[in-house]
Amino acid sequence: MTILRFDDWTDPVRPVKRDVIAKLPEDAGENPPVLFVPGPGHGATAFAEHWLPHAAGRGFAAYALTPRDGGKLREHVHDVVQTAASLPRQVVLVGHGEGALVVAHALGRYPARAAVLAAPVLDRWATMGTALRVNPLGAIPAVFGGRLRWSRRQLLSAGAPVEAYGRSSRLVTSRKPVPKPVGDPPALVIGSPDDRVVPRKSLDRTAARLGGAPLLFPGMGHDLMLDAAWTDPIEAILDWLTKELSAAS
Amino acid sequence: MQDTPDIADRHDAICVIGAGAGGLVAIKNLREHGFAVDCYERETSVGGAWNWRHDRSPMYASTHLISSRPLTEFPDFPMPDDWPDYPHHTQVLSYLERYAEHFGLGAHIWFGTEVVSAVPVGDGRWDVTTRSTGGGAERVQRYAGLVVANGHNWDPAKPEIPGEFRGQVIHAAAYQDTAQLRNRKVLVIGGGNTGCDIAVEAAQQAATVWHSTRRGYWYAPKYLFGRPSDQVNDRLLRLRLPLPVRQWLYRRTVGLTVGDLTRFGLPAPDHKPYETHPIVNSQLPFYLAHGRITAVPDVTRFDGAAVELADGRRVEPDLVITATGYRARFEFLAPEILDTDADGRPDLHLHAFARKHPTLAVVGLLQGDAGVFPLAHWQSVAIARWLRLRTTDPVRAAAVQQKESTRPVGGWSRTKVVHTRRHWFEVDHVNYLRSVEGLLREMETSK
Repeated sequence: MTILRFDDWTDPVRPVKRDVIAKLPEDAGENPPVLFVPGPGHGATAFAEHWLPHAAGRGFAAYALTPRDGGKLREHVHDVVQTAASLPRQVVLVGHGEGALVVAHALGRYPARAAVLAAPVLDRWATMGTALRVNPLGAIPAVFGGRLRWSRRQLLSAGAPVEAYGRSSRLVTSRKPVPKPVGDPPALVIGSPDDRVVPRKSLDRTAARLGGAPLLFPGMGHDLMLDAAWTDPIEAILDWLTKELSAAS
Repeated sequence: MQDTPDIADRHDAICVIGAGAGGLVAIKNLREHGFAVDCYERETSVGGAWNWRHDRSPMYASTHLISSRPLTEFPDFPMPDDWPDYPHHTQVLSYLERYAEHFGLGAHIWFGTEVVSAVPVGDGRWDVTTRSTGGGAERVQRYAGLVVANGHNWDPAKPEIPGEFRGQVIHAAAYQDTAQLRNRKVLVIGGGNTGCDIAVEAAQQAATVWHSTRRGYWYAPKYLFGRPSDQVNDRLLRLRLPLPVRQWLYRRTVGLTVGDLTRFGLPAPDHKPYETHPIVNSQLPFYLAHGRITAVPDVTRFDGAAVELADGRRVEPDLVITATGYRARFEFLAPEILDTDADGRPDLHLHAFARKHPTLAVVGLLQGDAGVFPLAHWQSVAIARWLRLRTTDPVRAAAVQQKESTRPVGGWSRTKVVHTRRHWFEVDHVNYLRSVEGLLREMETSK
């Protein structure tokens, strides 16, 4: 809970035109909108392929936000909160990878209806350590503040379609501790024990912070929404969400 | 006269009075803390003062925010970042409407229903009598708590000026748009933000304009160094510069940008900067300098077609607009409940908590050097957390109450101000929020 927000008051984030993809169901009924937030290496298209239409098919208005180019954590958080507040109802935030770090910080500001952190990169050093072990050549520049290059093997399992890609990005860094979520939303952490970006221990830590255990999808790579078995995690997210929503009403 | 003698018990529900900005944050934050809420609103829509359709709204066509957007928005629901620095009042209304929709608050509001009375019935519970705004049967319901958010800018405070006046006198509450000023001779009374806004509009539309103020003020421009001036001010507050240093900087900055206004016939301020509610208007000095506005002192009396001024001058306006503010009024509560003194000034801890009734609080009864919405937000979080703590851990609640009673008033209330009705609820937003933060930390639950 940060009450004095001098940064926001005296030096507001410069607005940019945000790129949001939407897939709307025929009738969302009472379901809250779901906003998917990828890490800066991905665009909204990472979700547009499978998860957005799937969520819409199950009656959720589904949105995905492309992170702004070269943004700092504060700017990404600003964009997520702005997008959430622009939607008609209280939003469920789903962050993936470094997008989960952005969502975790956005939760300290915006009272989400619920939150899902998928393969969350909250622990920068753990991620860097894994990257160095699995793909040292791609990771060494990042240690000196350069870009972190991911190999296909880190992101996807062997069974994934070949056109799914490797990518590189500068890690979103933050010395700020992850804040306590405002409004006490139900939260879920999902991931894979075979993720070569986020180690299992880091998943457990993140889940424990939110008072639970991670939901695991063995055999999948880091990019849960693009890997061959992409239906399993999104089904699990929506099942969990449906249960939480009915428990609250 | 009561049609239904039986009282409907709403058990743990909290009653919120008013669905303006303060009422809406109260509903949202009470719901977030697990309370059932019934909100009563005399109008048929949300927005309170910001809804120009409401009888009691003080809006005029050109009203814009005085504080800039980042210092005005709710902390957990920002205004769109492509809005201007100083949005128009219709944008603020649409923002409040979207807030209500976003958090599903409408389902908890009873529109067209006014609160006739609220009476404590012991054990912290309240009997709230309501009836439809149009009249009709009264209904009494019992609540576990009462949160008052009825606003304080709707009951015009009209100055008593002796003598008869042949022209027209209206309060700023009745001023709506510039058509009322066109080609007339206008005297605007009052040096607040409204008085200055209207004087500027008159300068653009009326034939002649006099602007009467009781004292000289520090007129801050809306922009300093290319930034909204409240944002510049907050940079100084962030550095925790002592007040005398900030006062010196303020004098220097105003001296270098706005310049010396006594040249235009305004009296020099009789107080230091930060000792009155900030007046932010870039255009007033501009029109004074162009001779479109004539600065005049206090009005002493009316005399037929003329208005007599404190310096003996007489002017002959055909329209007098009194921009002399509003009174806080709680006609549904007995005065002793809010420790209201003979002048009508309630005495509340943090301008929010009733001292003798732990389940009664007021939201938004503040004037600050930044927007009131964020202050009202954190007030209502504190109120919700307090009411929650009372039910879950009465022992801790008692300890918190004990500790709060020792919190020095100077920490949260601005005590060094010109002592007029206008500054009863004046706060420095940073000091105030620090105090509310202190209270919230004391109440932090063990989870």
